[in-house]
Amino acid sequence: MSETTDRLKQLPLGDWHRAAGGRMVPFAGYEMPVQYEGVMAEHLWTRENAGLFDVSHMGQLNLIGEGAAEALEALVPGNIYALGVGKIRYTLLLAGDGGILDDLMVTNTGRNLYLVVNGATKQDDIAYLQSELPSGIALHHLDDLALLALQGPKAAEALAKLDIRSTFPDGPVPGDLYFMEAGPFVWNDIPLGISRSGYTGEDGYEISVSAEHAETLAEALVALAEVKPIGLGARDSLRLEAGLPLYGHDMDADILPVEANLNFALSKARREEGNFAGAERVLAQYPRSADKKRVGLLVDGRQPVREGAAVVDANGAAIGQVTSGGFSPTLQRPIAMAYVPMALAETGTQILVEQRKKQIACAVTDMPFVPHRYHRKPKL
Amino acid sequence: MSRYFTDEHEWIDVEGDTATVGITDYAQEQLGDIVFVETPEIGAELSAGDDAAVVESVKAASDVYAPISGTVIEANDALEEEPALVNSSAEEDGWFFRLSLTDKSELDDLMDEKAYKAFVDDL
Repeated sequence: MSETTDRLKQLPLGDWHRAAGGRMVPFAGYEMPVQYEGVMAEHLWTRENAGLFDVSHMGQLNLIGEGAAEALEALVPGNIYALGVGKIRYTLLLAGDGGILDDLMVTNTGRNLYLVVNGATKQDDIAYLQSELPSGIALHHLDDLALLALQGPKAAEALAKLDIRSTFPDGPVPGDLYFMEAGPFVWNDIPLGISRSGYTGEDGYEISVSAEHAETLAEALVALAEVKPIGLGARDSLRLEAGLPLYGHDMDADILPVEANLNFALSKARREEGNFAGAERVLAQYPRSADKKRVGLLVDGRQPVREGAAVVDANGAAIGQVTSGGFSPTLQRPIAMAYVPMALAETGTQILVEQRKKQIACAVTDMPFVPHRYHRKPKL
Repeated sequence: MSRYFTDEHEWIDVEGDTATVGITDYAQEQLGDIVFVETPEIGAELSAGDDAAVVESVKAASDVYAPISGTVIEANDALEEEPALVNSSAEEDGWFFRLSLTDKSELDDLMDEKAYKAFVDDL
């Protein structure tokens, strides 16, 4: 084992992944499975059945204390104060200049705010939150928890086969949750925090479970006919097809929310209040006054364009950059995300990407590339 | 015909002054599902170590280097329609290109099958 591998942290399910045939690679400081049987097969399995993803590298945090929602609102542009019990919101952790420090999910559990942040950024997030939040708000890093995502059109029918009950008498079963709802549950005396959410564009759940019980739960899930374990490779191609940005690639501290095409994360009430970190700079761009924007690209031909490739003008001068790119297993063609000048951000605009001295034609397109199939609450 | 191997996981079949180049079964296994192969232009003059081809999997692009010097005389057109041939038949139908060799003495630096197998077993 190399030195690099020695310094990598192990997931609670590390040995389980290896036993299941996972090929382990370094990611976010952890040794994680990039694939089991192959990215293409795992990707398509998730789109048609249900995939089990170990996302235990992500940071699970609790914010506890009177006024936690207002305190968090100072750092995020989402409406947290008005978030109902059992509801989840996607939001952005912003620096004082409005740059995106992370994207995260916030759940109002009724007792506290439960946050899920990216693995590669969690230590920085914790330090930032601790320095910015008032002393009355406690921040707990729940690093004794694992996080499993069950994603795909058969996720709900699969999870319904386990005898999972609400911790409340007459409470819901997981299948009663709608997209972006969460609740506390118990399975064989094991407490589970279950959210109807994920990052593949499919229906599914994210399940928080103690590290010591993670293997028991993973075993029970992959024993179901609908479920196979899925690696990071397919997780990346699934989220790319779903048009979902990946922190550290499609956005970072130099990118503002409107540039990242995340206007939906700027809640109306918060825009009106204008009292979150970097609000002045962020709102000056809202809704369409940024110089550049994250867009989707349909790539001509068969060759993928990759992260780092330049978007160029007719003279070959760099005017933008590809931030994620790969081959879409669902569409059987290359797709990408890129930052382009606002004038080129309209759907249908033809642009050029230069890669290895070769220019490749692309068309700006709406995202998602593959429609989302979330289990949304019916509109009244 | 003799088959040679490189530590970049390429195989080279030599017949007279002509060499056929591909990537090994070990390499395709590591790369995973191959979705695109860019082969060199016919007539391109390559020195050993030059970029010769690009192989793209779902997730990543990898360069294939010219294992020896020579002029490209043929590229495997079948890979355009069916890049997955590299997965299903890396060391036969999934060949990349043919070279007319410049300097056959360069072959002396390459591994034979037994040496390559030992090299891979050590990885």
